[in-house]
Amino acid sequence: MMNLLRLIRGRSASAPVARERLQILLAHERGLRGQPELLGLLRTEILAVVSRHVVLDPEKVVVRMERGKHVSTLEVDIEVPNGFERSLAAAG
Amino acid sequence: MAKVLVVTSGKGGVGKTTSTAALGAALAQMGEKVVVIDFDVGLRNLDLVMGAERRVVFDLINVVQGVAKLSQALIRDKRLENLWLLPASQTRDKDALTDEGVGKIIADLRINFDWILCDSPAGIERGATLAMRYADEAVIVTNPEVSSVRDSDRIIGMLDSKTVKAERGERVEKHVLITRYDSARAARGEMLGIDDILEILATPLLGIIPESQDVLRASNVGSPVTLNNAASAPARAYMDAVRRLMGETVTMMVPVERKGLMNRLLRRRAA
Repeated sequence: MMNLLRLIRGRSASAPVARERLQILLAHERGLRGQPELLGLLRTEILAVVSRHVVLDPEKVVVRMERGKHVSTLEVDIEVPNGFERSLAAAG
Repeated sequence: MAKVLVVTSGKGGVGKTTSTAALGAALAQMGEKVVVIDFDVGLRNLDLVMGAERRVVFDLINVVQGVAKLSQALIRDKRLENLWLLPASQTRDKDALTDEGVGKIIADLRINFDWILCDSPAGIERGATLAMRYADEAVIVTNPEVSSVRDSDRIIGMLDSKTVKAERGERVEKHVLITRYDSARAARGEMLGIDDILEILATPLLGIIPESQDVLRASNVGSPVTLNNAASAPARAYMDAVRRLMGETVTMMVPVERKGLMNRLLRRRAA
């Protein structure tokens, strides 16, 4: 009945568009919520693990999350100073 | 036992203050002892909507800072003897509102009142987070409009993480109150329907307040709509909402303005 009405009314039935746009947007925003905490945690733990073996500048550890429609990617970018092999050997 | 209820929305202009006044008055009309607190520091309006604007001497910030006693700042309603107002400050810096200060006031009010209604400012800043901080229950005021629904979703997320209850691992009981609803436009597909909003927000419905001239008329004269015209469609919708808050099961209807139009039964129950 409602669908039939919408068909007849055609253009004026903008509510379904509103509904769909909201559903897509909120699914995305709910995913982002709490993410800063997750990324912070990941960053701290990755830093701790790598620092056990390599001397690192904590500022040079970047953890980033990109959310795509189907898959998301986690990007970890760690800048390691030259000559880190030596510190590895020394540690070993 | 006292209940702390925050009336919130994220978005401005959806009817938080009007709804706080109407729900507060309706609870008082049913014999409950009620205090409504305006958390909108710098832009207070609850006093105006309730017709108490010329009786404000001390405010919330005065009490937080110890300048005035709580009993000095509380304003008793002239029509309902068990309804009180704690106004916001009009001029002071909103940073003067502290978590501890608000906590102390709420704790003190719990002793003497059945209901403490916190009228939240718009936004997600300090005033809004402090208004919800000590809440047991929340009324999320939502218009059938995309930006309002989006902001309500954000506020629901905050109620589930930033309140004292949430931090203790408990839940703030949440209700959606849909305001400015036009059932004719919704039926034509021009406006988000009740089902759409509830499905998206996944939160139980407390009531549907129809778009109505009575709401504006009531705030014009400084009287909560449930007092100003108890027979009007929005007043009846607020009274029903309050019965649901008090645990009654009331059939959900969209009250209509004119006679001759059939009330639409939605066969849905408030949780």
